[in-house]
Amino acid sequence: MHQLLQQIFSGLAAGAVYASLALALVMIYRATDLVNFAQGEMAMFSTYIAWSLVNAGLPFWAAFLITLAVSFIGGMLIERIVIRPVENAPILTAVVVTIGLLLIFNATAGWIYSYTLQEFPSPFPDRTLFGALMTTRDVGVIAVTLAMLIALFCFFRFTATGLAMRAAAQNPESARLSGIHVGRMLAIGWGLAAAIGAVAGIMVAPVLFLDPNMMSGVLLYAFTGALLGGITSPVGAVVGGLIVGVTENLVGTYLIASQLKLTVALILIIIVLVFRPNGLFGTAVVRRV
Amino acid sequence: MTAKQMIVAGLFAAGLMLAGNSVYAAGQYGPGVTDTEIKIGNTNPYSGPASSYGIEGKVHAAYFNMINEKGGINGRKINYISRDDAYSPPKTVEQVRQLVEQDQVFLLFATLGTPPNMAIHGYVNENKVPHLFVATGADQWNDPKHFPWTMMWLPSYGIESHIYANYILKNLPNAKIAVLYQNDDYGKDYLNGLRAGLGDKAAKMIVATQSYETTDPTVDQQVVALQGSGADVLLTAAIPKFAAQTVRKVYDIGWKPTHFLNSVANSVGLVMKPAGLEKGVGIISATYRKDPTDPQWQATPEYKEWLAFMNKYGLSASITDSEAVVGYSYAQTLVEVLKMCGDNLTRENVMKQAASLHDLKLPLLLPGITLNTGADDFDPIKQMQLQKFDGTTWQLFGDVISGSGT
Amino acid sequence: MAREAGTDIALWRWAGAAALIAAAVVLPFTLSNYHVFEATQVMIYAIAVLGLNILTGYNGQISLGHGGFFAAGAYTAAILMHRYGVPYWATLLPAALVCFALGVIFGLPALRFEGPYLALVTLAMAVAMPQLLKYFDSVTGGNQGIVLVKPLPPPGIGLDRDRWLYFFVFAVLLLAIRAAANLLNGRTGRAFVAIRDHPIAAAAMGINTARYKTLAFGVSTLFTGVAGALAAIVIGFVAPESFTLFLSISFLVGSAVGGIATIGGAVVGGFFIEFVPNFANDISEAAPWAIYGLAMLLFMYIMPRGVVGTLGPGLAHAMQQFRSARGAEK
Repeated sequence: MHQLLQQIFSGLAAGAVYASLALALVMIYRATDLVNFAQGEMAMFSTYIAWSLVNAGLPFWAAFLITLAVSFIGGMLIERIVIRPVENAPILTAVVVTIGLLLIFNATAGWIYSYTLQEFPSPFPDRTLFGALMTTRDVGVIAVTLAMLIALFCFFRFTATGLAMRAAAQNPESARLSGIHVGRMLAIGWGLAAAIGAVAGIMVAPVLFLDPNMMSGVLLYAFTGALLGGITSPVGAVVGGLIVGVTENLVGTYLIASQLKLTVALILIIIVLVFRPNGLFGTAVVRRV
Repeated sequence: MTAKQMIVAGLFAAGLMLAGNSVYAAGQYGPGVTDTEIKIGNTNPYSGPASSYGIEGKVHAAYFNMINEKGGINGRKINYISRDDAYSPPKTVEQVRQLVEQDQVFLLFATLGTPPNMAIHGYVNENKVPHLFVATGADQWNDPKHFPWTMMWLPSYGIESHIYANYILKNLPNAKIAVLYQNDDYGKDYLNGLRAGLGDKAAKMIVATQSYETTDPTVDQQVVALQGSGADVLLTAAIPKFAAQTVRKVYDIGWKPTHFLNSVANSVGLVMKPAGLEKGVGIISATYRKDPTDPQWQATPEYKEWLAFMNKYGLSASITDSEAVVGYSYAQTLVEVLKMCGDNLTRENVMKQAASLHDLKLPLLLPGITLNTGADDFDPIKQMQLQKFDGTTWQLFGDVISGSGT
Repeated sequence: MAREAGTDIALWRWAGAAALIAAAVVLPFTLSNYHVFEATQVMIYAIAVLGLNILTGYNGQISLGHGGFFAAGAYTAAILMHRYGVPYWATLLPAALVCFALGVIFGLPALRFEGPYLALVTLAMAVAMPQLLKYFDSVTGGNQGIVLVKPLPPPGIGLDRDRWLYFFVFAVLLLAIRAAANLLNGRTGRAFVAIRDHPIAAAAMGINTARYKTLAFGVSTLFTGVAGALAAIVIGFVAPESFTLFLSISFLVGSAVGGIATIGGAVVGGFFIEFVPNFANDISEAAPWAIYGLAMLLFMYIMPRGVVGTLGPGLAHAMQQFRSARGAEK
């Protein structure tokens, strides 16, 4: 029984890591209808920026806020400069561009910061809770992820910009006619996603340790979690990420050897998707002929 | 002139010609060698998931630069050509063929990774290209009878896991052992080596194994599952990132096994400190080299020399990385072998010299550990020593152990 | 007048094709062994990318998992050769059949999904393959992989190993292109495209979308699987590390860069996958992938529909101008 609880809680902790990156993926998808394969690497790069600032002597929270701002602006610039040219091209073209970005960020981080593992400071102390079921850092990741989720939810639901963004993503032509600056909305969407990614990276780095490949594995899980939850739903992203984390742990412990746990976990998730092809919380796309 | 005189003169002339030829043969060169240059080829993963090993190639290049700045080896500069194979065997085949057939390198040096080396193993031996000091610890590279052109450098993972097995059999005969290993040749070699070292007790003593992929974000699930098996001994065969996570998680869940950490993953700076220094107290590991983040070695002149080298050649970001120490020592070994060749720089002679290492000391290996090779023995380093972590540094204990690794 | 124009185009097409084939036949005798080996790799990747083009380009179903099918073909060939002593040329058919079957099995659940969801399902294949290969190590050799003996050219042909393999792969490439062209220019191809562009209208017209989509999957993986078998033969070694997720992504990138809904684009894609990483390594030893990524961006900006996808219509347009100008003269 203790084993089971341990695995579930470990799964939740890992799942929160996936969920935080999944939020960024959902953000970009909602804003621009595109899966950004470079999301993980952008988050990793932001984390290195934070790391450099902390190493240069800045206090943690100052580095955190500066990194958020830099990432936000960086995300907007990337949308403007890198993605804009292929906005009207076939989707696959844009996908390849994001793949190119992934490689560029990964290689550049490795070149500037080397591939040596680095420690990253955590704002949370290093203690275990609930009788060793979780650490304060794991709880921190979960808490921050939930906070981001709530913030995102409120943003889309209750702010004018959020509404404008949803309109711009759903029907750009119509949105333009309503006076919404679609280009700006896209850029803001990317900026927000980059900022979310930065938060995810900073929260995650003390747990996973910082190196240029930190987010490479996480991206796959985040992608799975986002789709399981529904690629258009932030709530779905978090729920999906958590489910992926727990499922993988339970599968690896009770169902099959750890060598096949990812395969089996994916199969299970795909079976779920067969019954709900738009994810658990996703909305079905109704197409009119 | 009489006939006899003519015959003598003729013989004398013939003798001179022959002597002249053999004088010329003493300075004979294999491909890739001239009076001023020796071309050396290498493949390393500079991109992709194994890119953390790329530092070895960078350190080699820097070391050879340093040697060249000091005048080279016997007046010849080293032209070090290193290509990225991203740890993908088809790419390795391509790059090695380019190095051998296009660039005409003299020898291949420190090609990294078991699958990449397996892909080219047959090719290099078929084409009689020296395949020196492969950067992997799998036992199979020490087979001079079938593969006379391939030589190891690292103490094989089999030797290391035998050392742990022997320690367990002697000190913890009733142990229940759990093993966490990286799911590739590197990790599996440790698991298989441990099994072989425990002999017929293996099935009874090893109660649980869990593996992880380098693309896994965490290994928490595996550690928790291993604790659940009731084991009281844990062997972790991992790379630094996952070793750090493991050390931390084992402590956090309140598990107190006798924990063996493999040599690649026992760095103070990359593993023990990120995990939390107090969490690693009591961990046992085997090693053959000095850890650049261990305070006891940082006081030594050998370390200071290495540190100056790293800083001078633009590698300061990696002074905590033990792979950089390893790369440095590899390069030193090759330079020694090339020096031993003198002007006879043929491929055959290189192999001959490499197989004649006797008690070669390198500054960043542990005191007491030397390189030795022979016609039947292509594994230069076969010794390791056990050490225990005390919260600040690794305390060596016991004697230097020589392994056979079979 | 129209008939003249028609035979005109056909003549140009034949002349172009003949010229390319002639060049390809002469090429290995002008290159060093190593470059012949590289050229063979290009052709292998071209066949793999062609498979992907059929599925994603002509039928609109995205796949991030073709590396897994490539692996399936490679291991089928490797196991047959290594364990059962099957001669290398006889492994192509079994590899094709195995991968066709796998593709159909995959295509069935894939019917439920599209867009990023389909991407996930195919991604699962790319991720599962290395895991399965490592797990069933008694059959696959696990992490150690399988070392294969490189095939010898048939006696009396007078070619060395590298050149013989070049022509062997070249013959398969020609076959693959011909088969793809026949399929895609015929009824099946039109059904594929109809399903891609207007699935509802296609269904309304009586096209059995489920059957054709599944067929597209099977045919696509058949091509890629055969490419995998060829890779095993030519490289002489298979291991799980040879077939990572990055391979699947490379195929997708090669497909997009060449021109996703073209046949010729597959060859361009093959060139891209083979040469650009090496080229990137020459430019920057420290960060080769950054250059590779930049190359991807540049190609996508300058030619968003891929090289053949962008230049092809451009060329056709120019030809039309030329012909109408000539016609006006008459």
